[in-house]
Amino acid sequence: MEWSGQGVIVGVRRFGETSAIIDVFTQEKGRHAGVVRGGSSRKMAPLLQPGAQVALEWRARLEEHLGNFHVEPLQSRSMIMSDRMGLSGLGAVCSLIQFAFPERMELPELYARTIDLLDRIDGRVPWAAAYAHWEMLLLDDLGYGMDLSSCAVTGVTQELIYVSPKTGRAVSKEGAGEWADRLLVLPDFLRNGFDSDDKQEILNALQLTGYFLQSSLAPALGNRPIPDARARLIRALEKRL
Amino acid sequence: MNSNNKDIDILIQLMAKLPGLGPRSARRAVLHLIKKRDILLSPLADSLFTVAQTARECVTCGNIGTMDQCDVCADPRRAIGQICVVEDVSDLWAMERAAVFKGRYHVLGGVLSALDGVGPEELRIPNLVSRVGDENITEVILALNATVDGQTTAHYIADQLEDMGVSVTSLAQGVPIGGELDYLDDGTITAALNARKAV
Repeated sequence: MEWSGQGVIVGVRRFGETSAIIDVFTQEKGRHAGVVRGGSSRKMAPLLQPGAQVALEWRARLEEHLGNFHVEPLQSRSMIMSDRMGLSGLGAVCSLIQFAFPERMELPELYARTIDLLDRIDGRVPWAAAYAHWEMLLLDDLGYGMDLSSCAVTGVTQELIYVSPKTGRAVSKEGAGEWADRLLVLPDFLRNGFDSDDKQEILNALQLTGYFLQSSLAPALGNRPIPDARARLIRALEKRL
Repeated sequence: MNSNNKDIDILIQLMAKLPGLGPRSARRAVLHLIKKRDILLSPLADSLFTVAQTARECVTCGNIGTMDQCDVCADPRRAIGQICVVEDVSDLWAMERAAVFKGRYHVLGGVLSALDGVGPEELRIPNLVSRVGDENITEVILALNATVDGQTTAHYIADQLEDMGVSVTSLAQGVPIGGELDYLDDGTITAALNARKAV
């Protein structure tokens, strides 16, 4: 069995004394692990860092085997390492991919958005709103998306400013009434797919996606805790955005 | 091997678990030790026994020594207000080989890693923060690996020490001695260019 393609490294761990097992997120095969022979060597280790984009050739005797990767670097994204916020973002993206994505499940749109997000982080283009959109898409693609098309109470499509934590459906200002303080805030930029640099809006968006990561996705994954890297990112955004 | 050699088999199996050794090389090593019983095997056994009894972590910095406080922490000449933070004891020993740094160390015992489930509580970061407060420290040098996990840990520590009035620095990144530009990745070249200095 063999295939070749491109992917982003999301995790690396040493395997034996000279090799490494890498976890990559690819366009065609989703999240896929494999052994890189000599991956712990002085020459290869700097190339196998989370966030690096690589060309891959995977070979194994059977499809279900772990298999071996041959890796060629395409884009290192190592400049993120000198950027405190960028490093927090990269850590959150990589750890959520490892936490949430099933192995070998194709997620082409999420792959494209992941590449776009990492390019923004690497290029030091404001990326916090794009990260919130990415988490929304992650929930959508894994089957835990929110319905933000109309108000769950009144059916209107305007002034949707809350989300029900029970149903994941949008609620309008009028529909919320006295229940408003029990609902999650829905920032406008998140519903409309816009960019935003408003700190409070971004934190509200992350509180919203975080709620559904915790209440819907985590139980489906055996109640594993949400990776700390996400909480560290939120603390960094609160402090520095 | 037959059952008469059970003790030797156990020794081979244990040796094979050491870094750099497999079953075949462990067998060769054990055979060599047995052939040099008086000058190698017996002293090695004595030395292993002694180290097993005495080796311990330094209560201050996490270095490995044979006393509660390691040689570095016990040396009053090294109280110069600088702490060098390293990931592992092997990194501390590498720094000591260079014999350039004259201050004291702090061994974290790892780095933050989402994959391995290592959070700040699993590392010796709280001890570092209390040392900075207690030991009249003026500079903390973060000598952590230039990996994503290493640098994430460095930034986390810098955040923790932000309000303590100490200077937090990190090792430079760039072209290694004897390195050729042609073989460097683009990130290293960029870091080296950004950290250029007048000649």
